[in-house]
Amino acid sequence: MAAELHVELVAADRSVWSGEATLVVARTTSGDIGVMPGHQPLLGVLESGPVTIRTSDGATVVAAVHGGFISFADDKLSLLAEIAELADEIDVQRAERALERAKSDTDAASERRADVRLRAVAVR
Amino acid sequence: MGAQLRVYKRRIRSVTATKKITKAMEMIAASRIVKAQRQVAASTPYATELTRAVTAVATGSTTKHPLTTEAEAPARAAILLITSDRGLAGGYSSNAIKAAEKLTERLRGEGKEVVTYVIGRKGVAYYGFRERKLADSWTGFTDSPTYADAKRAAAPLIEAVTQETAEGGVDELHIVFTEFVSMMTQNPVDDRMLPLSLDATKDEDGKGEILPLFDFEPSAEDVLDALLPRYVESRIYNALLQAAASEHAARRRAMKSATDNAGELIKTLSRLANAARQAEITQEISEIVGGASALADATAGSDK
Repeated sequence: MAAELHVELVAADRSVWSGEATLVVARTTSGDIGVMPGHQPLLGVLESGPVTIRTSDGATVVAAVHGGFISFADDKLSLLAEIAELADEIDVQRAERALERAKSDTDAASERRADVRLRAVAVR
Repeated sequence: MGAQLRVYKRRIRSVTATKKITKAMEMIAASRIVKAQRQVAASTPYATELTRAVTAVATGSTTKHPLTTEAEAPARAAILLITSDRGLAGGYSSNAIKAAEKLTERLRGEGKEVVTYVIGRKGVAYYGFRERKLADSWTGFTDSPTYADAKRAAAPLIEAVTQETAEGGVDELHIVFTEFVSMMTQNPVDDRMLPLSLDATKDEDGKGEILPLFDFEPSAEDVLDALLPRYVESRIYNALLQAAASEHAARRRAMKSATDNAGELIKTLSRLANAARQAEITQEISEIVGGASALADATAGSDK
């Protein structure tokens, strides 16, 4: 049996996804980082962006994460984010509309949020 | 209908109407407690993971950060008080305010200047009536707080903590809210959020487990810089959710006793109304009998 790591993806107000995985790729402020079982204990600051989780049954879970932290120890990985959404939950049309609206309003924060959502969907 | 009886009937009607309202409020509050409890449960994983991470950085690194080290001579402390927007919740808001007052006294006794922040219309009204200064206040979301509300309330607090004391910043950050213990018990508590007391975070963990040596990305300082605002926000969010659950529980209890009292009052009033009606009937009968015998006497007299 291949080594596995337990992943908890939690947002501020709910637990988004949890399960076993073989690889997690996330973007920290100093660059992309891939975590596999047995990695050194790690605590990092996440950038807004898609997080890719390769589950132990070979499927891929993609989530849009808006800021947050990654922490890994003892083959347990937690991804903490104020807002986190699975790519499957994201309504593409709505995100596109939000992006356009944000662009016309020059609202940088919501433009970034919408952009991150769309990127997560594209990765899927 | 006699005047007395009419007054009783009117009072019974009005108390019945009040009872209907309090009963409805009781039931609404009861259904909201469940929702609020579920929200507290949903926010717990984030809070525990965040607390773990903060503990890990604070213990696992030798970093000195203004937010984790105690000032040598703390001169100013901020209190965030969480009350409700609406009344009719028994002693819910006044108990929280009392706890805040006690904390204020204590901090003043330690020679610290106290800056107060208030959430909830009741607390704002209390301080406004006494013409006491509030650093900032927020209203309108105590029923069902969202993370955005917590973020909004946390922003000026974090700013005040990061500022130098001489420029109007604060050294300590306290929060006063009503802890939800069970449906029947809610306690107003005060808690020091910052500077972090590591014993407290360990206690929350329950076991005080030994944390591994973490690799910090990009660096321990940066991680701590990013973590602490989130930590404060999540603590405030958790406090808001617990306070909301407590508020609903307090309101349910207050409305339950109001409903019970109204039922009691209706019972007493119906008894009195019955007695009044009976007295009226007795009086009418005696009047009729009296009138009839007077008539009989008069007729008998004329016959003579």
